[in-house]
Amino acid sequence: MTDLKLELKEKIIEQLNLEDVSVAEIGDKDPLFGEGLGLDSIDALELIVMLDKDYGIKLADPKEGKQIFESVETMAAYITSKKAG
Amino acid sequence: MATRYHIEQYCRITNGRISKNGALVFESAETEFSAFIKTAYKTLGIAYSKFFKMDSLSKLALVAADLLLVEEPEKNMALVFSNNASSLDTDRKHQQSIQDPDGYFPSPAVFVYTLPNICMGEISIKHRLFSENSFFINNRFLADNLFDYTNSLLAMQKAEKVLCGWVDFDHGKYDAFLYVVAKNGTFTHSKESINQLYQTI
Repeated sequence: MTDLKLELKEKIIEQLNLEDVSVAEIGDKDPLFGEGLGLDSIDALELIVMLDKDYGIKLADPKEGKQIFESVETMAAYITSKKAG
Repeated sequence: MATRYHIEQYCRITNGRISKNGALVFESAETEFSAFIKTAYKTLGIAYSKFFKMDSLSKLALVAADLLLVEEPEKNMALVFSNNASSLDTDRKHQQSIQDPDGYFPSPAVFVYTLPNICMGEISIKHRLFSENSFFINNRFLADNLFDYTNSLLAMQKAEKVLCGWVDFDHGKYDAFLYVVAKNGTFTHSKESINQLYQTI
């Protein structure tokens, strides 16, 4: 799970072009949207594509995204649960 | 044809050099556009949260526009841009991402830049402009088109000033020449002066 969180932080920085953000600056529970990393709606779509492309997980209901993409921790937990299932 | 308008200021970005009103403001030996524009962005002290998410054309346009607009109080300013390559550089990236039916993963962040006029939207957001804008695709830099359209906008009082010019990016080659046309300024707004400023920088 710890490795997955680190991997997600690296992917988020690279794929969302967060030029001035380092892995160490993203806390596991930090909000990804709003006052946290300040991601926007296009970033949310990129995260949905990332789940599909890198982890083979398709979001059946886009409304789920709000909870799944709350933080790196919630993303990691969702991916882990889908792989286990 | 007599004109009532003038070119207030102008800038050029090409071949590792950035100039404003004929004076060099930034120079770099970086051959890659991404490295060049990133260094220019930081050196010139430009601040725009979306900068690193934008495509190359928008980065080029935003840096060029910022040179002329950062101290510009007039917000009723139309944008009239032109280029040769449209958004082809980004279009190709998008095409590659949908080429393989088994690896069909289009990037939303790339797709949103598959129109050339998006760069004018980025400039308008940063500088809070709500004015007219148009983007023309031409084989080469054509002062005639820009001159006529800009004069028309000003004559019809669609804007107090017009930021216009050429912003082209393709295959790593970049060329931006933007200028502000207003009632007052250093140079007479004419096809000859536009061509002269573009060719002599």
